[in-house]
Amino acid sequence: MSKFEFPESIRSRPVWGTLEPRAGLHHLMIADAEGAEAILDIATPELMAGAHIIFIAKGTGFGDKLRALNPAQYYEGPSYEASASRIQRVLQDAKMSTQVYLAGTEGLMGQAMCECTNAGIPFTAVQTEHRGSTARRMQCVHCKGITKDVAIDPFVCSHCGLNLFVRDHYSRRLAAYQGVCIDAEDPGNVPASKGIYE
Amino acid sequence: MTIQFNEETFRDDYTFKNSDWAIQRFPFPFHEDSYMYSVNMERHRGGPEGSIYEKRFDVDEHYVAEMRDRAMVLADDPLRCQSLPHMTLAGWDLLELIMVSKSEDYPDLFELHRDGDQWRWVNKPLGIDDTFTFLDETTLPYGPMEYITRQAQGDYCMLDQRDDNLWMDAGTVTTQADWSLDFDIGMNFFEWHAPVPLAHEKGIFVRALKFLLNIQQGAPARRLNWTMTVNPLLDTSPENYHRWGVQKTTLTPENIGQKQHLRVELQTFFRLPRSNALVFPIRCYLCNFDDMMTMPKWGRRLHRVIRDLPEELATYKGFIDNRPMMLEYLSKFDDGLPTSPGIWPEKESEPPLQT
Repeated sequence: MSKFEFPESIRSRPVWGTLEPRAGLHHLMIADAEGAEAILDIATPELMAGAHIIFIAKGTGFGDKLRALNPAQYYEGPSYEASASRIQRVLQDAKMSTQVYLAGTEGLMGQAMCECTNAGIPFTAVQTEHRGSTARRMQCVHCKGITKDVAIDPFVCSHCGLNLFVRDHYSRRLAAYQGVCIDAEDPGNVPASKGIYE
Repeated sequence: MTIQFNEETFRDDYTFKNSDWAIQRFPFPFHEDSYMYSVNMERHRGGPEGSIYEKRFDVDEHYVAEMRDRAMVLADDPLRCQSLPHMTLAGWDLLELIMVSKSEDYPDLFELHRDGDQWRWVNKPLGIDDTFTFLDETTLPYGPMEYITRQAQGDYCMLDQRDDNLWMDAGTVTTQADWSLDFDIGMNFFEWHAPVPLAHEKGIFVRALKFLLNIQQGAPARRLNWTMTVNPLLDTSPENYHRWGVQKTTLTPENIGQKQHLRVELQTFFRLPRSNALVFPIRCYLCNFDDMMTMPKWGRRLHRVIRDLPEELATYKGFIDNRPMMLEYLSKFDDGLPTSPGIWPEKESEPPLQT
């Protein structure tokens, strides 16, 4: 499957990589939706013997294929939020030799990256690969509410209802891009929404 | 007391004003008739008597009113003051730096009495007389950084130094030029500057970072930065932009001289002794166009700078829509005569406006 090429952007915008198998006793792999394909691409029996896969299917049918890889541990959860405490628990036991692989949407990778950082793993040591939806996790700078899976610009904050434009400015700590009121200087003058990358 | 503190507001009825003294010492940020980003750093070791450069932490007639405004912002939004857990020691470093500096530089306003770790701090303008144990947070009403920055004009960013970078890991930010501490906290130097146009391409941030990483104890540095603000609003935060943004549209040719303010930041950088963090105070000075035009040199120069500023910068600084109206006003104060180099007004030697 072809990967989305993100346009050049500012320095705070994360740059995602391509997963590759690395040496290690334990391999923690966290993915959502099409992110499963990035794991399938690098899976080997040796890697899977030490792998713990945490997968959020989001209605995709990749679960069976991942399970067929026969990883040492496999978990499929209904949402990132539902799996968060499990991820935290697993990271508590992470050893120096643990490799972390994140794949899928920016929202999934960003939030899991946050957990890794909180657990003491530098973000530069975590591998990532973007697959699937390019929708973003957005923080409203005004009310601080997070709106998930934002694919259009401008969009309406799901918490306070302001019309927000989508910035590329990104906070790793919040795992979110910044949304800022688009019609503050001319209330009601909101351009028609279009896809973020249109 | 030597300074007469103004009774004034930075919101709602906007009664803020500058005295003649404040106008004369306003840090006009343009040393020549044009502007482009540069690493315009110099040592912060005093300056002309009475200037804003003279003391380590300048205190002026707006002190009490600014601290009142800060307290209101923090009451409305406590997220404007945050400190990541590893930054508490840097907060104590900052508290010490400000208390020592202010009590030495303004002995009539501030007193610090130290007996081992038992400290007594007297802030006469704000009516504070507190005794506490240095390095014991339980003896202060706030964390050390918040305690002292509620008593010091300007925003304070606390930068941790590691991995050859600086990390914005704590701060008190209530007088900011439209950036969010809550969003940027935890970012490194390149990340929090990411939205600034042109400067990355010019290598400004690489050179600035190299300079800042090498700042030593006792050798602080400084630079000026600037933007434009309609009304003397200190809290131009992104958090409240949906409330204040519309004020930019209230300029008219009749009111622009009073409403349009040049907003200048005196940025200083101090190495802190225990934490090895850098503290980055960003002190905001506001001056309206009418007051600035009382200095013929500033009138001539401001017109030329604003006229020739690249479009990206006028957009980033948020006044692209108002630039034509500004130029219409400013052009009346530019008679085409040459200006002397440097930022000082040179009122005695600079020729008056030719009409």
